[in-house]
Amino acid sequence: MKEYSQLLSEKTQGLKPSGIRKFFDMLGGMDDVVALTVGQPDFVTPWHIREAGIESLERGKTYYTSNSGLPEMREEISRYLNRRFSLTYDPDDEIIVTVGGSEAIDIAMRAILNPGDEVIIPTPCFVCYEPLARMADGVPVTVVTEEKDSFKLTPEKLRAAITPKTKLLVMPFPNNPTGAIMKREELEEIAAILRDTDIMVLSDEIYAEMTYGGGRHVSIASLEGMRERTVVVNGFSKAYAMTGWRMGYTAAPAPITKQMLKLHQFAIMCAPTTSQFAAVEALRNGDPDIERMTGEYDMRRRFLTDGLRKLSIPCFEPEGAFYVFPKVGAFGMTSEVFCERLLREARVAIVPGTAFGDCGEGFARISYAYSLKHLEQALHRIGQFTETLRKGH
Amino acid sequence: MEKILQLLEEDGRLSAEQLAVLCGRDAEDVKKTVERLESEGVILGYKALIDWDKTDREYVSAVIELKVAPQRDRGFDKIAEKIYNYPEVQSVHLMSGGYDLMLMIEGRTMKEVAYFVAYKLAPLQDVVSTATHFVLKKYKDKGVIYRAPEKDERECLL
Repeated sequence: MKEYSQLLSEKTQGLKPSGIRKFFDMLGGMDDVVALTVGQPDFVTPWHIREAGIESLERGKTYYTSNSGLPEMREEISRYLNRRFSLTYDPDDEIIVTVGGSEAIDIAMRAILNPGDEVIIPTPCFVCYEPLARMADGVPVTVVTEEKDSFKLTPEKLRAAITPKTKLLVMPFPNNPTGAIMKREELEEIAAILRDTDIMVLSDEIYAEMTYGGGRHVSIASLEGMRERTVVVNGFSKAYAMTGWRMGYTAAPAPITKQMLKLHQFAIMCAPTTSQFAAVEALRNGDPDIERMTGEYDMRRRFLTDGLRKLSIPCFEPEGAFYVFPKVGAFGMTSEVFCERLLREARVAIVPGTAFGDCGEGFARISYAYSLKHLEQALHRIGQFTETLRKGH
Repeated sequence: MEKILQLLEEDGRLSAEQLAVLCGRDAEDVKKTVERLESEGVILGYKALIDWDKTDREYVSAVIELKVAPQRDRGFDKIAEKIYNYPEVQSVHLMSGGYDLMLMIEGRTMKEVAYFVAYKLAPLQDVVSTATHFVLKKYKDKGVIYRAPEKDERECLL
């Protein structure tokens, strides 16, 4: 047999593995580390939601559901999107229940893109858009968002990135890793550019419930002329602390949904039934859980940004998700070196910004999906570390 | 104010400065509010939650249901006062339902608790009857589950 490299898919082999593997390998072998690395809630799924999953198993509901998901699930998603974000989607043919937000992004890309279509991706961002766009034969075009713009996508930058080949704009807000959000008036400016084009939008709203400082998340699909071109991706992982259940969904006009459903049907069949029953309960009775958990995140956000400020570590004030994105480049070393030394010398793990694209250089992501006690301990250690750095200079 | 109380109920060791950051308020303001709440008796004290089962200390606790005859004019207050003044008594609640007062008692041994009930409580004038239930194991108290903190098993995914 030939070498595997000559046999296996060139496209897949061409995908770059995460560039900071070395860092994570190092992290794996260490004790007494205060980690602030994870991208998932520290809360356990609320008990009433877990109970609904358990009850569905007890009642023997262990079959496939329809391809697009349980009818009551789609019904509840439709109500939820309307209740919380003023979106209107028909549960019959505009919603698909997916295996997490990731699958939703995948089927949206593959349903929309033709070979050579350009996909505009604001970065730094979550790691999956670029490889998934490539696997769908799209051409990723990254737009670097900057701290001076609060890491928002500006109309100027969008305009500069659009070419006749632009097919899709990814809107990853609230943003992982920067914590940036896009307010209504800022989205209006983006919408104004898109309105007279055929550019479609993939709006990844997985952190939609996590916005702080008043003002709820606004979905770009709720703006005039945007619904027809937008696939809204959302899910249960962050809002209801349900990462392991793998529950997400797409909401999109029927013609787009029809194409995505084929991909979902052939690759996945249907999202896990137990998880769907739990998610129905989350949608019916989980709003107070969201308020409680986001209230906690908001306090931690203030605690952490205040702590970093007191340590004179420059840090953009995040307004969404559960990350802060401090400018560690201020210490005169690369993100990766900073994070490695912080890990080795102070036993605190944070993620180098470069994990989210080259433009993350100079920054690091700190997750605050941790208890206040944990954050306090981490801040203490970070403080000792940065003090040694300053003395050394 | 309610936010401050909730936070302190969860962690009494938070400083005024930390509370201020968490609530997004001015530190001096929060300090004054906490002092006022203390002087008004809204905040009565700060204590540690201790799992004594993890130590060598011998102790036993019991819930005691008391039926009492209420007194003219003073209702249950007088008898309650008499009872809560015993240092062995940890808590006293006036209850609806089948009995009147619910007590939480702590002692070194079962014998000590039994002695307290038989010789101090039961003979009190107005106490009609007592029922003593010894605690076998404490699973959760004041919202805190009594077990070792769990290891963070979350995988580091981006």
